[in-house]
Amino acid sequence: MQYLASEPLNLEPLIGSVLSPERGAVATFLGVVRNHHAGRAVVELTYEAYGPMAEAECGRILGEAESRWPVRVALQHRIGILGVGDCAVAIAVAGGHRAEAFEACRYVIEELKSRVPIWKRERYADGSEAWVDPTAAGGTVPTGIRVSE
Amino acid sequence: MTERAVFPVQVRLFARYAELLGSSEVTVRLPAGGTVADVVHGVRALPGGGALPERMLVARGVEQVRYDQAVSADDELALLPPMSGG
Repeated sequence: MQYLASEPLNLEPLIGSVLSPERGAVATFLGVVRNHHAGRAVVELTYEAYGPMAEAECGRILGEAESRWPVRVALQHRIGILGVGDCAVAIAVAGGHRAEAFEACRYVIEELKSRVPIWKRERYADGSEAWVDPTAAGGTVPTGIRVSE
Repeated sequence: MTERAVFPVQVRLFARYAELLGSSEVTVRLPAGGTVADVVHGVRALPGGGALPERMLVARGVEQVRYDQAVSADDELALLPPMSGG
């Protein structure tokens, strides 16, 4: 597993893996489990992935970011049971200057959320559980991943 | 006269879809020339499958496929609920 991790995430090695003498800007993003969603108290999340496809899709997203901006990107996403405050996703982007680092970091997290086959199940304070469906509110058909021709 | 060949296809299910079917893998039988749409139709006909949406993300191997694409017996198909990572 290159991008999926079953152990707690650590940002420092990710930053270290993208730093180099010519890169003067590092943008990072951490996605952290919060204690509420849609007005309900959340106590725990379980992340499940379609592993091989998630790894491939993460690799494609990083490749896109690194070809679109002059940056290097590192990414890890947790799988398994996480508590409130645990880090679910960590991204580090290093570039020559801040503009490309910020833009590429934003690109990677947005694409990850819509394209990488990872699902989270919330457990609430009242003991009930539910899979999160970002499309449920609007009732729209999922269109997250681009279809290869 | 020969009977039209029918072959089994394994389909992986994840998250809410796996719960609806009560299994993380199901088998559907397709006629020769069957498509992804036929696979979806077959899974939705299984017990619990009626609650699946008509339009779903479907993967073959590690890439998404369209409904009109042909399926062969050694394809690894997966039905993907809307992603909620991050």
